[in-house]
Amino acid sequence: MSAAEQHVFVSGDEAVAMGVRLARPDVISAYPITPQTVVVERLSEYVEDGSLHCQFMHVESEHSAMSAAMGVSATGARAFTATSSQGLLHMCEGLHYASGSRFPIVMMNANRATAAPWNIYGDQRDSLSMLDCGWIQVYVEDAQEACDMMIQGYRVAEDPAVLTPFMINLDGFVLTHTYELVSLPSQEEVDEFLPPLETENKMDPLSPKSLCITIGPGLDQEIKYQQHQAMMQAEEVIERVDREFGDRFGRYYGGMLEAYQCEDAEFILVATGTTVGTARTVVDALRSEGVSAGVLKLRYLRPFPVKQLGEYARKANVIGVLDRDISFGMEGTIFTNVNSALSRCGSALETMNFIGGLGGRDISKQDLTDIFQKMQDQATGKKQPHVQFFGMECETNE
Amino acid sequence: MSRPIIKPYMMPRTMQEIPFGATFESGHLVEGNAGWRTFKPEVDQEKCTLCLTCYLVCPDGVIFKKGDQLCIDYDFCKGCGICAHECKFDAIKMVKEEI
Repeated sequence: MSAAEQHVFVSGDEAVAMGVRLARPDVISAYPITPQTVVVERLSEYVEDGSLHCQFMHVESEHSAMSAAMGVSATGARAFTATSSQGLLHMCEGLHYASGSRFPIVMMNANRATAAPWNIYGDQRDSLSMLDCGWIQVYVEDAQEACDMMIQGYRVAEDPAVLTPFMINLDGFVLTHTYELVSLPSQEEVDEFLPPLETENKMDPLSPKSLCITIGPGLDQEIKYQQHQAMMQAEEVIERVDREFGDRFGRYYGGMLEAYQCEDAEFILVATGTTVGTARTVVDALRSEGVSAGVLKLRYLRPFPVKQLGEYARKANVIGVLDRDISFGMEGTIFTNVNSALSRCGSALETMNFIGGLGGRDISKQDLTDIFQKMQDQATGKKQPHVQFFGMECETNE
Repeated sequence: MSRPIIKPYMMPRTMQEIPFGATFESGHLVEGNAGWRTFKPEVDQEKCTLCLTCYLVCPDGVIFKKGDQLCIDYDFCKGCGICAHECKFDAIKMVKEEI
């Protein structure tokens, strides 16, 4: 805790903007209208009032916002952009370009539904459909974590062993548009924690380089291998940076994941983002009734915490995975990833997928209590489908 | 005047030698004209007055002066013939390449 620390009552979006200001980006490129959040509005005000020395570029689309961010990063400057749902999808081509070029761009994404039907409310189908773009993906639970991850994000992304773009995901509305008390570290302390970007991977008149070059079958695969290695190395950097952040600012988030009451839990619910907050309350209530419940907060989905997940799963009886998305014709994307991780760790544990909270539908304490009940039913032999939707408004034929 | 240098490209043998982030040194020329020239310009040094009109119009920047000689960098000349067409002294002739 620092004497210069400041407490503010702000929305998740504003917490992001304040975190970004502390991280001192050189250029912010953004498409300013729907599905944009107020993040970039606040940032443009900071640039206007002089509290952030930065170029603010209004661009004509999210595709251009990402392209501009790449141009900024290509000069060795610090780039920021923010988007949401359809905007993220429109950026898709640029996301691959940015990660392949190893530009440490940091981006905030408000997790919102993807059309059709047109829906502006929260779910995670936007960023989960972008898991393979080569970006680090973190999912935050509250406004404080959102603010802090803007600062940590640049440290991780810009680490020479990583040099990979970084996406910070906030659940749309329930986090982006709700207000919380947030503790802001001082600029001096953030400057010490996050020095200006220094990289060799930039345009330089003294050592001219060609960027985003063409590479044929002869070497393309090696470049992708290199990118994969960097992402795997990011795991260690994420842990180290989070620890250092914790030592300095008093908030350590658990690195790749955070376990709540999981040490001896028989029934573990794996969740991301804001749902974890509700799940903690439900776990407390269940524990008081003698149910051995726990919640695993998956913070990072890329890289994916395979080993850590395997360790927590060893003592469990049933693992439930909550997905605010569906990969049509299969299952929830997080479920696929969790199953793969568990199988690689040699676990033959029973897993169940609970899909819900789509298109902004609330995930209530009752929903999560029901989910834990279903996991207990599964353990006592009352078998159910491994993949099921919860919180349906209508009867299904299953 | 500095001319482009042809540097042979060695295939990387270790991951450390792989270009980082699809970025590579600019102007690393690995080979000269790849054989797509049908006619090549030849300079008659006697007729040439070194007016350098050809130097100004050459789209590939392959014409240069060395002492009192007009030279053409055949590693990069693509044989377009603009120099010969524009020469007021009939000092440049396009000659069929021998294969």
